[in-house]
Amino acid sequence: MLLLFAKALFMWNNSRFWRWFGQILLILLVVILAIFLWRNFTENLQQLGLQFGFDFLNLQAGFDIGEKIVTYKSTDTFAAALFVGLINTLRVMAIGLVSASIVGVIVGVARLSDNWLVRNLAIIYVEIIRNIPLLLQLLFWYFAFFLKLPQPGNSISFFGIFSLSNRGLQLPGGTALYPEFLTLILGLTLYTGAFIAEIIRGGIQAVPKGQWEAARSLGLKPFQVMRLVVFPQALRVIIPPLTSQYLNLAKNSSLAIAIGFPDIYAIASTTNNITGRAVEVIVIIIITYLTISLTISLLLNIYNRRIQIKER
Amino acid sequence: MPKWCCSILTTIPIFLTLISCSGESRKTVVSENASAPQQVKSRLETVKNRGKLICGVSGELPGFSFVRADGRYAGLDVDICRAIAAAIFNNPNAVQFRNLNAKERFTAVQTGEVDVLSRNTTWTLGRDTSVKMEFAPVIFYDGQGIMVRKNSGFKKLEDLKGKPICTQTGTTNEQNLADQMRRRGLPYQPVVFEDVNTAYTAYAEGRCDAVTSDRSQLLSRRTALPKPQDHEILSVVMSKEPLAPAVAEGDVRWVNIVRWVVYTLIEAEELGVNSKNVTQLTRSNDPLFRRFLGVEGSLGKGLGLTNDFTVRIIKSVGNYGEIYNRNLGPNTALKLDRGLNNLWTKKGLLFAPPFR
Repeated sequence: MLLLFAKALFMWNNSRFWRWFGQILLILLVVILAIFLWRNFTENLQQLGLQFGFDFLNLQAGFDIGEKIVTYKSTDTFAAALFVGLINTLRVMAIGLVSASIVGVIVGVARLSDNWLVRNLAIIYVEIIRNIPLLLQLLFWYFAFFLKLPQPGNSISFFGIFSLSNRGLQLPGGTALYPEFLTLILGLTLYTGAFIAEIIRGGIQAVPKGQWEAARSLGLKPFQVMRLVVFPQALRVIIPPLTSQYLNLAKNSSLAIAIGFPDIYAIASTTNNITGRAVEVIVIIIITYLTISLTISLLLNIYNRRIQIKER
Repeated sequence: MPKWCCSILTTIPIFLTLISCSGESRKTVVSENASAPQQVKSRLETVKNRGKLICGVSGELPGFSFVRADGRYAGLDVDICRAIAAAIFNNPNAVQFRNLNAKERFTAVQTGEVDVLSRNTTWTLGRDTSVKMEFAPVIFYDGQGIMVRKNSGFKKLEDLKGKPICTQTGTTNEQNLADQMRRRGLPYQPVVFEDVNTAYTAYAEGRCDAVTSDRSQLLSRRTALPKPQDHEILSVVMSKEPLAPAVAEGDVRWVNIVRWVVYTLIEAEELGVNSKNVTQLTRSNDPLFRRFLGVEGSLGKGLGLTNDFTVRIIKSVGNYGEIYNRNLGPNTALKLDRGLNNLWTKKGLLFAPPFR
């Protein structure tokens, strides 16, 4: 009797027991939650008389897509249409990531410039862009800039190679970049660029002053100081927050639907509307964005590990 | 306090809310099963208990459903909602309107977020079957048209070869356009917007050479363009677009109510019953009026409504002709000809089965 009581008291005071207890409780809650959600979902579908399945992907889509770099026609399947959307999404993301990084680095360095004008212009840019919702900016660029350009008849020509009108940018060889695509690239670049600029500035300022002085005393020119000494060290501080900005850009690309660019989200919405398969379509979108985001995150984490200081 | 303790403490409230939710949903399932599978609780009871009808509308389309300057909803689609509310509650204002875009509308009906979808929706086989909608009778026979700028000189679809054409996503218009251009072997560039306002603004700004939609919608939206007289709707009709209210599949009693409310409006016009003479006609000796207006027989009871439901409807919103004239007729900005939307006795397509 006394022994049992002592044992109970021992358990009560044992931190290891409680730690295990907590973990098991947590797992239990998560499992119950998952079971609940699944049952709720299947029950509701049953009540509505809907079946869960992806066979609809093989049906004929029946709608056209304006902007595409892979071949697609309205007689192709929903799967093919979604693939066109995926490629469009990836294209926007890839170009956006590169251009936002370039803008970010330039503005970030300009923020620290000795030139008063350059420095303040960079501050104004960052503060204006950072504090306005991206959706608003996209609509602004679309309606107040790209659609206000001259009509195709009297488009602005650049050296006779490019010509810009409210139907987009005509490139040599008959190809054109449509205003929706240009809006999305410009909007995402400027928006994410402003955030990246702040990260770059922070990273550069985190490099001890002694490093600058040492580099300069070695006789390096200002650009070389930045490129060879300061920036590589700043990268260690820059990469982790930069990763989340890249992820933001990837996810924000789904705002394409507001300005009529057929990205994966827009195409999936149309698919949902025609087939009535809301849950399946949402699952497809979630998996797509999750895969893309996790891939970006993984690549940058690998890169981050490579540039960290190896303690020996 | 140790770290894990925090995580548990934060999970518990979330978990509790979920449990309470699950309890609720389970309950309704059980009660529905208990009342025998063939007699599932109808949406009629839900609506009656709530005290008002929730109606999904567009809210962006003058003449069909839009918010007037005084803040009230008006339009043909809106009056259908009011008619249903009048039939159930004897109060045409017992309606809560919910604006839905073309993409959201079917999910809103499937999940029961709205009781009725009265939103210029085309009745198609696919929507009837795989999207699980149940359509009431057609309230407006329409067809898809295409609008261009007058000074563009475009007269037929062939003129639009290779040109950008604006439209709205999630509509039959998007697919009809694809079909029509495919039939003619014409390449074109669709520019598809989710928001109907964005689509027309983009067209007005010159992004597209043409915009396509149902002809009534084009007429309606043209009145809202900066210079309506600069735009013209081509004579080509690209499809049949019968617009009808819809409810979720599998609730026969509720479907019947929506269906017969629409028929009431049509039958009333055919019999010459309108909002002005309906009270007087209830005193008529003609068995036709007596039965239709519920003085004799029990037609309303059979629907799960009161016998005088037709009187309630006609008193509050009038007959189909009155609704049409109020929203789309010669005294409105749209000035739409009745055309196919006339009674079968006047070379139109509107026909109500007998009230017997």
